[in-house]
Amino acid sequence: MKKQASGLIWTIILSVVSALYLYPIIMVLLNSLKKESAITTAGAFTAPTAETFAGLENYVSALTSQGFGKSLFYSLFITISSVALILLCCSMCAWYISRVNNLLSRMMYLLCAFSMVVPFQMVMFTLSQTADRFRLFFIRFNNPYTICFIYLGFGAGLAVFMFTGFMRSVPIEIEEAAMIDGCSPLQTYFRVVFPILRPTMISVGILETMWVWNDYLLPTLVLDIKKYRTIPMLIQYFRGSYGTVEMGAMMASIMLTVIPVVIIYILGQKHIIKGVLAGAVKG
Amino acid sequence: MEKALRKWFPVFVLPTLAAFIVGFIWPFLQALYLSFCKFTTVDNASWAGFGNYIKALTDDTFSYSFLFTVAFVIVATVLINGIAFMLALVLTRSIRGTNIFRTVFFLPNLIGGIVLGYIWNILINALLSKFALPLIALNTTAGFWGLVVMLCWQQIGYMMIIYIAGLQNVPPELLEASQIDGANRLQTLLRVKLPMVMPSITICLFLTITNCFKLFDQNLSLTGGAPGHDTEMLALNIYNTFYARSGPQWKGIGQAKAVIFSILVVGIALFQLRATRSKEVQQ
Repeated sequence: MKKQASGLIWTIILSVVSALYLYPIIMVLLNSLKKESAITTAGAFTAPTAETFAGLENYVSALTSQGFGKSLFYSLFITISSVALILLCCSMCAWYISRVNNLLSRMMYLLCAFSMVVPFQMVMFTLSQTADRFRLFFIRFNNPYTICFIYLGFGAGLAVFMFTGFMRSVPIEIEEAAMIDGCSPLQTYFRVVFPILRPTMISVGILETMWVWNDYLLPTLVLDIKKYRTIPMLIQYFRGSYGTVEMGAMMASIMLTVIPVVIIYILGQKHIIKGVLAGAVKG
Repeated sequence: MEKALRKWFPVFVLPTLAAFIVGFIWPFLQALYLSFCKFTTVDNASWAGFGNYIKALTDDTFSYSFLFTVAFVIVATVLINGIAFMLALVLTRSIRGTNIFRTVFFLPNLIGGIVLGYIWNILINALLSKFALPLIALNTTAGFWGLVVMLCWQQIGYMMIIYIAGLQNVPPELLEASQIDGANRLQTLLRVKLPMVMPSITICLFLTITNCFKLFDQNLSLTGGAPGHDTEMLALNIYNTFYARSGPQWKGIGQAKAVIFSILVVGIALFQLRATRSKEVQQ
């Protein structure tokens, strides 16, 4: 009886704390439903009233503005293709590293671990210069898609590290049997190794998606900022620009970037938490 | 099998290796070299010896932002881990709704740094103007505590998940044995649970310390370093040295700062690695 009562008290306390915890997001949501003129610094705490309620007006104007739609497309495209590239190339590389024991394998493994620790500011300037040079040299590569290659190089650290860690715990016999039965290494990879790696793929995929989707500095330095902006770049750009910023549309844009993340999180919660946990323990 | 696989090097390793070299190794080596040079682009570098390092270390904004960052790291690490551990303790008891609470507390972790900073900028400014205090752009105290609160909001859920996993791995026999031996709740916590979750604590401490040290996006979007350079952390200070200061000498100094910063972060990581290794031996 006593135990139940204390459990109930905790439930109540935690419910209040959770509500407070969600408040910043709810506040932006409420403000995004207000009319432009009603959004003020001091009035951020008041909920929209019948007079100031604007419905989905701000969302419509955010979605129909040229900038947001384009940025959403670039962000989606870059995230999906970079993560796909990272998962495929790094898992192949990790299989090689874990099964071929030579100097190159050992070096790759160590360098990957090292690259996870080095802060981005170290290579920020030289990387942007390399990217600029690349753009000038291959003029037709002035598009937002070549950045996927750079993401492959940067994401390789974590991905190769995690895949290799997992592969080393997998017995080699199944792969050997497949090879003896006449599979080429490529067939062995796709028919045997790939299915074994699936749970790790999900973990790595989630970690890399969270990183690429939210990344701000790398695309800012590598992409042609006047032409191509991902969503984080767009939001920072609008705030930094002078003149009047449409606050309503800004708030709506924020909500439009947060809502998909929340939906995906609620749907794939188990995988996401498992993935993050795996990354933390390995890293 | 190793022999067969070795021949397939170009298919399995080359794409990742090429991207890794272009994206990380080459910029890293170039950056290391450039930190000893005077330059504005990578083409016009002239050797300057340790001049950049001396200027970087005597730059007042750099030493200020170092102290600011250290203060921030200490306060944020203690708060995040303390609160996360307490939450984990509560949420591993049998309470109704535990899963919902975990979901809520973890959610902010998925929101990107730029958006996060913007949300808190709105919230903190609204709060400050309620109390007729200067807004965050003019208020160093609010800037510091704003950064702390924002990072707590983002990271507590993450660390809580790691602590929960650690606490769930404590064998129930141990807890029962300590109860039979007459240990009270506090003694069980201090003598049994705490030593058993030591690995989780080291991981969390390491993660929070490095995350706080490397903090950039949130710093840029919440305070932007304002007022002046007063809330500028190391990563932002380096960024501003590169891109916000005119004069041919600053790029070299920025690169030297970046090298010092990297040594600091890698040093912490190595220290952490040794700490966990020695613990593993004891177990």
